[in-house]
Amino acid sequence: MGAAEAVPAKFRAGDRVRVRLADPPGHVRTPWYCRGHVGTVERLCGAFANPEELAYNRPGLPAQPLYRVRFAARELWPDYREHAADVVEIEIFQHWLEAA
Amino acid sequence: MRGMHDMGGLEAGRCERDEHEYERWEKRVDALMMLLSAKDRDLMKVDELRRNIESLGADAYDRMGYYERWMHAIAQTLIQRGVITIDELGRKLAEQEVRDGRG
Amino acid sequence: MSAAPSESAGYYRRMQAAVEELLILKGIVTPEDVQRQVDAMDARNYKRGAQMVARAWCDPAYKARMLADGSAAAEELGLEVGPLRLIVVENTPRVHNVIVCTLCSCYPRMLLGIPPEWYKSRAYRSRVVRAPRAVLAEFGTALPDDVDIRVHDSTADMRYMVLPLRPGGTDGWDEGRLGKLVTRDSLIGVARLPDVA
Repeated sequence: MGAAEAVPAKFRAGDRVRVRLADPPGHVRTPWYCRGHVGTVERLCGAFANPEELAYNRPGLPAQPLYRVRFAARELWPDYREHAADVVEIEIFQHWLEAA
Repeated sequence: MRGMHDMGGLEAGRCERDEHEYERWEKRVDALMMLLSAKDRDLMKVDELRRNIESLGADAYDRMGYYERWMHAIAQTLIQRGVITIDELGRKLAEQEVRDGRG
Repeated sequence: MSAAPSESAGYYRRMQAAVEELLILKGIVTPEDVQRQVDAMDARNYKRGAQMVARAWCDPAYKARMLADGSAAAEELGLEVGPLRLIVVENTPRVHNVIVCTLCSCYPRMLLGIPPEWYKSRAYRSRVVRAPRAVLAEFGTALPDDVDIRVHDSTADMRYMVLPLRPGGTDGWDEGRLGKLVTRDSLIGVARLPDVA
């Protein structure tokens, strides 16, 4: 996919990001459990067509930057009792992220 | 609204180490998905498959087997795309019922 | 009708046959296409991943390439993976990785074949992101106290495989022998590989 066709990447590895609290209907690949939470960008995976649109047989372009975001398990789960350094890493599209 | 498929973090029972030797028809469901979603055919996107699975009611989702959900979703996608009609599918299904000795 | 056909056993088996027949009649697929796909998927299994792991244990440069680009590393060994975007995550003495798809059942199928039934279950998908050690215990796996966990949720286009720790007692073993130690469950992260006596 040519660079001209993709939305420019806003974030880099190490950036703190918050997952937007939003609740649209349809096919959404941002899991409920991470919405509203803050994590750190682990890497930019590249830009990919938006699955929310692909699910309706639309092209899902321009491609959205996709990041792996690392969340502390203690940040995600209020009752988390395992290790402080445990993390959950989730692939999240840029349009679901804002700077934290 | 949280989809019933969006289950990360919910309470659930013990993990049973289930294995499953797939039946012939189940493998053919998987094969149809691969063939239809291949770039050169592009008659189905895996995202359409997922959306159609997610549209199943919560009860159906949990009751149905994995490849039953896939087959439901493949049929729905092909109908939505206009590749097959409901009438065609209904008639072919009736033929299958006869072959099974059910019709 | 007294009982809805869709409620009966075999309904979706019949639907698969019906749809396949329609697609063949319309010239969209042939029966040979379907069989070829079935055979291709049957031929994919965890041993393809084991091959990569054994090579990585023996060859640090390959390991580095594999951690940078898992799909290219697979293809380097002649393992065709098509459009798979593979990320290999490395277990270390301090970090243990576990893979899940909470939203459905995404798995590196083009490398490892079809995932196990439990990987697709409500119990695994719900709980492993929230209580990973409890889930690992249900698989008979206990982690040392000083090991932290990383759970990877395959929510989009990437797919994951774990590079397990090389078991102790295997000095000088060749790749073939090492590969046989690798289990499917260690590539998903619900199991570790025991030291060799």
